[in-house]
Amino acid sequence: MNDKDIELLEESFKKFYFDNFNLIHVPENPSQREFGFQKFNSKMSRHLSLKSDKELRLLLMEKIPSDVYCSNACYSFPNLPMNEKDWKNAELIFDIDAKDLDVSNRDKHSCVKCTECNEVALFQQSCPTCKSKKLSKITLSCNDCIIAAKDQVKRLEHILVNDFAINQNSIQVFFSGNEGFHIYVNNSEFQIVGAKERAEIVDYIMFRGVIPETFGLPKKFNNKNTSLPDFGELGWRGRLATKLFSPKSKRPQISKKIISSGYVAFQKQLDLIKNEIGVRIDPNVTVDIHRIFRLPGSLNSKSGLAKIHVNDIDNFDPYLDACFIDGDDVEVIANCPIQFSLKNKKFGPYNHETISVPKYAAVYMICKGIANHT
Amino acid sequence: MINLGTDEIVKYPFLAEAGKYLSDKGFSLEQFGTDPDLKRIVSMAFDRIQVASDGKIYNSNSSTNDSSLPMEVFSFLIAVILLKLTGMHTLIRRFSLAEARRSERFLEKDLSNHKDKTKEHLALQILHDLFSITIQKQDDDFIIPISNYLKHSINFHEREWKLINRKVNSGHVYLTSHETVRLVRKEIDLYISSKINSANTPTMIEGFQEYVDKLRILAKKFEVKVVESSEYPPCIKHAIEVLEKGENLSHSGRFMLATFLLARGQQVEQIAPLFKNAPDYNEKVTLYQLNHLSGKNSTTEYKCPSCEKLKSQDLCFAIPECDNIINPIQFGRKRVR
Repeated sequence: MNDKDIELLEESFKKFYFDNFNLIHVPENPSQREFGFQKFNSKMSRHLSLKSDKELRLLLMEKIPSDVYCSNACYSFPNLPMNEKDWKNAELIFDIDAKDLDVSNRDKHSCVKCTECNEVALFQQSCPTCKSKKLSKITLSCNDCIIAAKDQVKRLEHILVNDFAINQNSIQVFFSGNEGFHIYVNNSEFQIVGAKERAEIVDYIMFRGVIPETFGLPKKFNNKNTSLPDFGELGWRGRLATKLFSPKSKRPQISKKIISSGYVAFQKQLDLIKNEIGVRIDPNVTVDIHRIFRLPGSLNSKSGLAKIHVNDIDNFDPYLDACFIDGDDVEVIANCPIQFSLKNKKFGPYNHETISVPKYAAVYMICKGIANHT
Repeated sequence: MINLGTDEIVKYPFLAEAGKYLSDKGFSLEQFGTDPDLKRIVSMAFDRIQVASDGKIYNSNSSTNDSSLPMEVFSFLIAVILLKLTGMHTLIRRFSLAEARRSERFLEKDLSNHKDKTKEHLALQILHDLFSITIQKQDDDFIIPISNYLKHSINFHEREWKLINRKVNSGHVYLTSHETVRLVRKEIDLYISSKINSANTPTMIEGFQEYVDKLRILAKKFEVKVVESSEYPPCIKHAIEVLEKGENLSHSGRFMLATFLLARGQQVEQIAPLFKNAPDYNEKVTLYQLNHLSGKNSTTEYKCPSCEKLKSQDLCFAIPECDNIINPIQFGRKRVR
């Protein structure tokens, strides 16, 4: 990113924050939170304390950060070093990112950028110009990815409400500002639980660490002591039954096969099913109780899109609803080998071309590292 | 606090205030060393510790409690005195665990006592007052809030205790009476050992010395030497292989490798070259991060993650030699008596 790029991004971000103060607020108990921010091409500043919306706005206007973060944890002394902060509690947060979902055509809307010669090309294993293998992957807008991520969000919500008895009103879903969602659980009994307990919650949600005994097949089994799950059972037993035995009429036949194949085979089968029925959250995010998260309402410097609250997930379109930068024409040199859509408009592909595009598309491409401001 | 009858004190003697209990019954410690009738209680107390140190559970002999003297309570309290006089932590640890397991049996029986609801109620109250667990009975199940369950279950390494392997519904975990009391074994154990550790050590009492000497000899039996092999566990070998191939090792994989090697005594300068082949290698950054993990540049010295954590990060490639270890740094360690 060169100086001209940064100039354009800072000007656009500043305008966004100035025009959208209503979108960005400090969370509950701001004086107990740790804040952090980063400027373009600069290091992260952490362990900051902000006490009000007013202080936050001042920071946004003065520093024009590329990214703003806030802890889910509350501390007695949020601006002291980590081990002196005195952790009190933290909202339970889940991160669902399209990059973790193995969406089948993902490579088609991805390109690579060579970290040695900066060439951008269609997705491949080595740089077509200098043959280097040190490539970074860049993924552009894709509805399939968003649909897959939304599906995971809905499955997560189902488990939180039914298995964990979390009140639906306590669950808040945010678009992350790039290609995923952050799911916040507020005011729950889990607010005070530590990292180890959260790791167990994560494994439960992801269907990890299961043993055949849980699903009715003990190590030393006979026909009498097996109790494979059945349709309509609560929790994972019911969900697994739906996965294993659909359609219903096949249950006796499939049960027989599971029993005759034995314990080890069933363990393998459960391990394979994990990725299909477990919710694909990022485990590290939920378990880390000292993390700082992108602040809702702020812009994401990986895309220029905003992290915003999602009310109606089915009808939410991030490439429209989270795109707030204005549409004034801007000239950029773009090297974007694939097409992308923003605000229902298609852009690209561009091959080292000087083009005039709406500012939101220019910002998007510069943030992705595939264009430069002229 | 819970109001206990003799029946309950026999089952849960660790709930008694030792000094007060003895003086309420009209006895002093000295009498146990000299009074011919009470002397056998010291011998019983010694047996109780010996049984515990063998990893067995001291068996109740109900006939001894029918008399006006609850022998089992006395033998427990005198055992504590003997342990204090002996001062061997290994015996205190073994005794606490065995006593925890003994009380577990009674708790379980009381929890599933369908005839006497007051026994069930008292068992639930002990669990609540001592270990802050709110348990409700629902049909034949005992149900406990998930967050409450997790607080205790994270102490277990067996997979059956993982939340995913439990019946969970509407914010509760469903347990049998056996599982309910098993859940708090460690807490009962800690409760008993902390009570013993915080008790005052009396000066030597006449008639106790011979038992104290025997216990010191007994404790020696449990001294162990640890022999460590230099071989790396499979998770570490795998991480090194990934790096050697020039493939990307995840952040958590790098963290595991670095903290493991630091724990094995390697220096930052020895470890750094391992990361040379990583696609994003930067010598300065690597050294900074390694120094940070080692505690040189930070106030925390980071520890190697547990096997359980590595399993959940898909970094575990367990082999039979990994059985019974809970952290990669224990790999290859053998205890020799």
